Amino acid sequence: MLFDAYDPGDFFDELFMAPGQPRSEAELLVQRVNALTLDDLQQRQQTAQNALFKLGVTFNVYSDNQGTERILPFDVIPRIVPGHEWEWLEKGLKQRIYALNCFIHDVYNDQKILNDGVIPRHVVESAPGFLKPCMGLKPPNNIWCHITGTDLVRDKDGKWYVLEDNMRCPSGVSYVLENRRVMKNTFPHLFAAMDIAAVDDYASQLLETLLNLVPDTLISPRVAVLTPGAYNSAYFEHSFLAQQIGAELVEGRDLVVADGYLKMRTTKGLERVDVVYRRIDDDFIDPKAFRPDSLLGVPGLMEVYRAGRVAIANALGTGVADDKLVYAYVPQMIRYYLDEEQMIPNVPTYLCEDSTQQAHVLSHLDQLVVKATNASGGYGMLVGPHATEEQRAEFSDRILANPRGYIAQPTLCLSRVPTLFDDGLAGCHVDLRPYILYGQDIYVNPGGLTRVALKRGSLVVNSSQGGGSKDTWVVKSVDPNAQLPHDQQQGQ
Amino acid sequence: MLSRVADSIYWLNRYVERAENVARFVDVNLNMLLDAPSGMEQQWEPLVFITGDQARFKARYGEATAENILRFLTFDREYSNSIISCLCSARENARSVREVISSEMWEQVNSFYLMVNEAADVGAISDLHNFFPEVKMASHLFAGVMDATMAHTEGWHFGQLGRLLERADKTARILDVKYYILLPSVTDVGSPLDDLQWIALLKSASAYEMYRKCQYRITPQGVTEFLILNREFPRSIQFCLIEAERSLHCISGTPMGSWRTDSDRTLGRLRSELDYLTIDEISQQGLHEFLDDLQTRLNDVGEKIFTDFFALQPVA
Repeated sequence: MLFDAYDPGDFFDELFMAPGQPRSEAELLVQRVNALTLDDLQQRQQTAQNALFKLGVTFNVYSDNQGTERILPFDVIPRIVPGHEWEWLEKGLKQRIYALNCFIHDVYNDQKILNDGVIPRHVVESAPGFLKPCMGLKPPNNIWCHITGTDLVRDKDGKWYVLEDNMRCPSGVSYVLENRRVMKNTFPHLFAAMDIAAVDDYASQLLETLLNLVPDTLISPRVAVLTPGAYNSAYFEHSFLAQQIGAELVEGRDLVVADGYLKMRTTKGLERVDVVYRRIDDDFIDPKAFRPDSLLGVPGLMEVYRAGRVAIANALGTGVADDKLVYAYVPQMIRYYLDEEQMIPNVPTYLCEDSTQQAHVLSHLDQLVVKATNASGGYGMLVGPHATEEQRAEFSDRILANPRGYIAQPTLCLSRVPTLFDDGLAGCHVDLRPYILYGQDIYVNPGGLTRVALKRGSLVVNSSQGGGSKDTWVVKSVDPNAQLPHDQQQGQ
Repeated sequence: MLSRVADSIYWLNRYVERAENVARFVDVNLNMLLDAPSGMEQQWEPLVFITGDQARFKARYGEATAENILRFLTFDREYSNSIISCLCSARENARSVREVISSEMWEQVNSFYLMVNEAADVGAISDLHNFFPEVKMASHLFAGVMDATMAHTEGWHFGQLGRLLERADKTARILDVKYYILLPSVTDVGSPLDDLQWIALLKSASAYEMYRKCQYRITPQGVTEFLILNREFPRSIQFCLIEAERSLHCISGTPMGSWRTDSDRTLGRLRSELDYLTIDEISQQGLHEFLDDLQTRLNDVGEKIFTDFFALQPVA
């Protein structure tokens, strides 16, 4: 049986407590997989990958001219999150998003948290994501971060941490929806036997979140998804989401500011756009207000936005909360705005701009992960224990030259999930990115995207660096008497 | 509808139709050669004349051998009108409007592309006899899927317009193949060999059976009349123009028989001229000259559509 040889090792395994002992929520899954041969399972994996390729669930690889598309490698063994644990995570995420939104609104308006000295003013004002032109901005209902994908990880002891908040335009939710579609075909009987939380209402929730941004007096508002274009690495997702919510998918060149409104060029002339779900970073969105060299944005958009004549999700300026130095102050924000303690902890973070902490970081570079405060997606970081002497020396220089630009964290031993390889199942490290929508209420899509480091032993899960994905099952409850019917024979 | 989106749907359909028609006129030639008496020289160069891209072919390949020409027309990624390039362009256009077309259309154009791509990777020129029918079928499948899964609203009409104008142009070019194929001698005109060539030509336009139902005997005049002026056969030029005009008027909202845009006017005028044209008049003008002129006028319609709908300039 396939799982007989599986050894969770000295890690926190999401499916197993010990060799041969699956967690209760994973029992049916393990039983089902054990009934298959390695060939069967590999064939199912291949079928699933082919389906994703045919659906065009792909991302673009910039450097590669010929086949510019790859599917994100997909693994058929899902990750399971027990229902009670999910309830707790959901609460923790809502708490965090609520506080972060208060923070963003505050720093662009009254700056109470800075005036009260809870967060040092220079921390915020030196963040590259802090945009001066957004001062005094009051987006509809004071909501700034409508769509967030928060990265969570689990340590060796199973404890959850927030690794980073992605408040500008997090991607990946299309994989959640498409992976699930494919998994239902791969293990149909498991879906019948287990109570797996559905993810499909994401699109409706997203649409409601966007429509929540226009006043009720507007009879038929026009929603548009703004993409950098077909060559962007996340283009599939942009078009997929536009299709799922019935929005126009527009590029900068389709839009123009005329008569004080944002309009798009149609076969019948210019037509007004009321809500923009932008998938372009803040500084590219309007060459007049931000980067003059941007060809992706719309000149004059910022002015229309400030006048409240178009709504943008996420609001411009939310990037300030993506700064890794600002991240370190989230516990303070939660205390300040909610008078609560943070539920899901941050990863302990050393601030290199503090001289005592900096000294500690420099003398422990071989144990720590160092990250540039303005980078994300696995770029600009040093994994101390896996780095060479030269790489560590290089980062040491960089920290000394720009202490504001770096933070350090202990190297977490990420939890693992069994993953299919040519020769059987082996544990691979994972993280989890749930998607959170802030409209009338805060909604968390159950589960999220499980990213998996497919290079054995690797800790880096980013798709740009050899990562793949898994379906995430929030399993509400398990009926101990549930029996699996036998799958029908599959043809070749 | 966004101008850019309308433009992409229009070209998506043109490129799929173009790939299908390249397969058709290569196929007609392959079939004619099979029937040619042994010893008769194989004529491949006419295929390049038809595309109008002789200069590019000469520059890239030099000698007009069967192998070179087949490679040029099917798998040459550098040549923009080869089957593989058409599919790349069709797919790029589809990709940029995926949220507007149906998922089924995208899947069909994607698997069409993957099929051609795979054949190109194998690159076996000798095995093309099976490849061309597959290309035709994949194109039909795409048109059928589009008809059955996409709402027949503005975007769909732009797609129809693209497909029909492309088809009219290519039917004209397929007819022109016969003009370029030389018979061994003047006395062979009207001979069984000549007859076989006309049959092959009808077959390449999937018109053989429909032609027989409509007028039994195969004559050069009958075939040209059928492929140019027939109002019911879906690959005849006049049929394409009638349907294209219908779609154009659905888009512009102008009542039939009148015009508001330049596209309405140029397409309407061309269609109505063909309404009252006889095959004798075409013969008097010369078939090749007539077809040549028709292609120019179809290009003109294409340009007018571009200015009227796609090239919208913002008010300053």
